[in-house]
Amino acid sequence: MAEITYLEAIREALDEEMARDKNVFMLGEDIGAFGGAFKVTEGLMAKYGEARVIDSPISEIAIVGAAAGAAHMGMRPVVEMQFIDFVANAYDMLTNYVATARYRAFLPCPMVVRGPSGGYVRGGPFHSQNPEAGFVHTPGLKVVYPATAEDAKGLMKAAIRDEDCVLFFEHKYLYRRIKGVMPAGDHVVPIGKARTAREGRDLSIITYAATVHKALEAAEQLQTAHGISTEVVDLRTLAPLDDEAIFNTVRKTNRVLIVHEDTRTGGIAGEITARINESCFAHLDAPVLRVTAHDIPLPYAPALEDFVLPQVADIVTAARRLVAW
Amino acid sequence: MGSRRRRTSDGPGGQHLGEMLPLERKLELYYWMRFTRTLEERLVALYRQTKVVGGLFRSLGQEADAVGSCYALESRDVMSPLIRNMGAMLVKGATPVEILKQYMAKGDSPTRGRELNIHFGDVGEAGKTRGFLGQISPLGDMVPVMAGVTMSFKMRREDRVGLVYVGDGATSTGAFHEGINFAAVQKLPLVVIIENNGYAYSTPTAKQTAAKQFVDKAIGYGVYGEQVDGNDVLAVYDCTKRAVDRARAGEGVSLLEFMTFRRKGHAEHDNQSYVPPGEIELWAAENDPIDRYVRVLLDREKVEQATLDEIDARIVREVDAATDEAEAAPLPQPLDALIGVYADPPVEKPLWYREGADVSSLGKERAEGWGTWDASKGGPR
Repeated sequence: MAEITYLEAIREALDEEMARDKNVFMLGEDIGAFGGAFKVTEGLMAKYGEARVIDSPISEIAIVGAAAGAAHMGMRPVVEMQFIDFVANAYDMLTNYVATARYRAFLPCPMVVRGPSGGYVRGGPFHSQNPEAGFVHTPGLKVVYPATAEDAKGLMKAAIRDEDCVLFFEHKYLYRRIKGVMPAGDHVVPIGKARTAREGRDLSIITYAATVHKALEAAEQLQTAHGISTEVVDLRTLAPLDDEAIFNTVRKTNRVLIVHEDTRTGGIAGEITARINESCFAHLDAPVLRVTAHDIPLPYAPALEDFVLPQVADIVTAARRLVAW
Repeated sequence: MGSRRRRTSDGPGGQHLGEMLPLERKLELYYWMRFTRTLEERLVALYRQTKVVGGLFRSLGQEADAVGSCYALESRDVMSPLIRNMGAMLVKGATPVEILKQYMAKGDSPTRGRELNIHFGDVGEAGKTRGFLGQISPLGDMVPVMAGVTMSFKMRREDRVGLVYVGDGATSTGAFHEGINFAAVQKLPLVVIIENNGYAYSTPTAKQTAAKQFVDKAIGYGVYGEQVDGNDVLAVYDCTKRAVDRARAGEGVSLLEFMTFRRKGHAEHDNQSYVPPGEIELWAAENDPIDRYVRVLLDREKVEQATLDEIDARIVREVDAATDEAEAAPLPQPLDALIGVYADPPVEKPLWYREGADVSSLGKERAEGWGTWDASKGGPR
C-alpha cells in the first residue's frame, strides 16, 4: 500500500463514508467546485454531486445550525470551517444548541465540524488557532485532534459514525508533512482512546496533534544525548479524555510532562494535571509540568511565532528538569 | 425570482383562503385560540401558587398569529415555535398535560425536567412525530436549524415544509440573518414568520431596526414578503397558507410579518413600565384577536353564542383534567440528571462526594519511593 498524506487520509475517509452512507453530506465555504481552501474535499463534488457537497455562504452560524437541523432528521452532515479560527462565529450554535440537543430534547445531532487548525505555519492570529479547550469544556461535544495520517482517517470515520457532534481538528502543519500507510479494509479508530506513540520508563509526555511530533523528536534527543527514556502518549481524543491511558502512564513513569500548542491558561494541560492530582497523587515523584504556548495571540513573524509556540528544545529542557527533580 | 411584497391578505384571484375555510374548521381555529388563553390563565394561577418553577410567558393578544399560521401546516410539516407560540404547538399536537408538566418541572415532562416551559418538541419522521421542534433561548438560532430541517426535506425529496417563528427582536441577530439568507440561497421550503408585537423584552421596535417595517427585509434577502394583521386569525391563515403552498411548490422562502401587540410583559414578573400609558388598554379594548373573531363567527358566520359557550366549557374541562394529571405527576429523580448527555457513554458518573458514588478512583495506595524527593532542590513553577 502506498503512503498517503494526513490530508489525503482525511479525504479518503470522507470519500469512503459518503460512498458507504447516502445520508452523509458536506457543507462549507468553497468546498465544492474549488475543493476547499486546503483542497481537503477536492474531487468530492465531481463524484457525489452538488446536492451532497454544498457550497455555502460565509455563514458559520448557518452552516452549523443547518447541519444540526439536518442531523435531527437523520442526515449525517460533515461541515467545514475554512479555518478552525472561524468556529468562534458558531460558538453559540455549537455550545448552546448542538451540545445540549440530546440532553434537553432527546434530539439526535450526529454531525462533524472539521477544519484546519494550529500554528507553526506563519498564519498569524486568525489562521493558527487551537480553540479546542472551550469545546472540551462543553458537555455534549466530543473533540478529536489526530496526529498521524492513520488516525486522521480512522478517527474521521468514527466521527462521522458517532451519534453525537464531534469537533474534528485537523492540524494544517501536518496536512502535507505527515504520511502514513492506511490499514486495509474499513479502518476506524475509536473515539476516546489514547495511543502510546513511544514507550519509555523515566517520564511520560502527554500530548496531541502537532506537538506529538515535537515530543517524539524531543524523546529521541533525550535518549541519545541524555540517556532518558521517554514515553509519549498521544491523546487523539480530548473529549472524552482517556483517563485510563493517562493514569497508566503516570503509574508507569511517575513523572509527567504535558505538552500542547494551545495557550497555557485554561488549556487542557490544566485539566489533565487536576485529574492526575486527584487520582494518581501518590504515584507522582515530581509535580506535573507543562510546556504550552505563551498566553499570547499568535503573531505572524517567524521569530515571534517560534518564540510563542512550544519547540522541541523547550520539551527537552522541561523533561530534563522533571527527571532531575 | 424577484422579490415581491404584498400588503393585503387577498390571495391570487382574490380568493381569501381563510374565509373559504368550512365552518367546522373556522370553529377549530376558535377552539385553539380559546384553548391557548384558557391554558395560559391556568398557568398564571399555578404560577401564583408557586407550582410553576420558573418564569411564565404569556401570549395574551397574540393567539391569532400563533394559531392561524400553524393551522396552515400539514401534520407532516415541521414548525419551530418561539416563546409566545404555545397556540401553534397546541395546533401541532402538543398536549396541555405536556405543557403543564414542563412548567411544573415534572420528572415525566417531555424533557424530564431538563428544560423549561414550552421548550420541547417532537420531530423526526413524518407520520411518527407531530412535527414541532423545541426552541432554545438564544434568539434567532432556530432559523438556521430550520433551514437544515428543510434542507433534509429537499435532499430526500420529501413533500414537507418548515415554518419558523421569530420575534421583532430576533431579527437583529446574526443567526436570523445567516439562517434566512442561507435558506433563500438554497431555495428551501421554509416560511419565516416575524411576529412584530412591539417589544423585545422592554425594547421597542424603533430601537431594534431603522427599517420602516420588517417585511422590507424580504427584498434584501430576495425572498417573497408579506405583512398581515396578526390579530385577524383568518387573514393570518390565508397569508401563511399561501406561503406554505409556495414552499411546497418549490418556490422557496417567504418572510411574513404579523402585526400584533404583546399585552403582557416579557414574562409574568415584568410590570411593563416601559409601555406608554393606555397602549395596552387600547389593544385590549379594540384589537383583541379572540373578541374580533367571536364577532366574525357570530355576525358573519351566524354561529350561535351557545356553540361558543359549549366550546369554552369543553376547554375548561380539558384544562382541569390536564391540570389534575400534571399536578399528580412525579418529580424527577436526582440521578436522572446524569443520563443522556451523549449516546455513548449513556450515563455520566456522579462525582465521588455524592452519596453512594464510587470512590475507588481516589488512589489510596502509595507508590514505591513516594516522598523521597529532596525539597531543598525546589521546583519549577
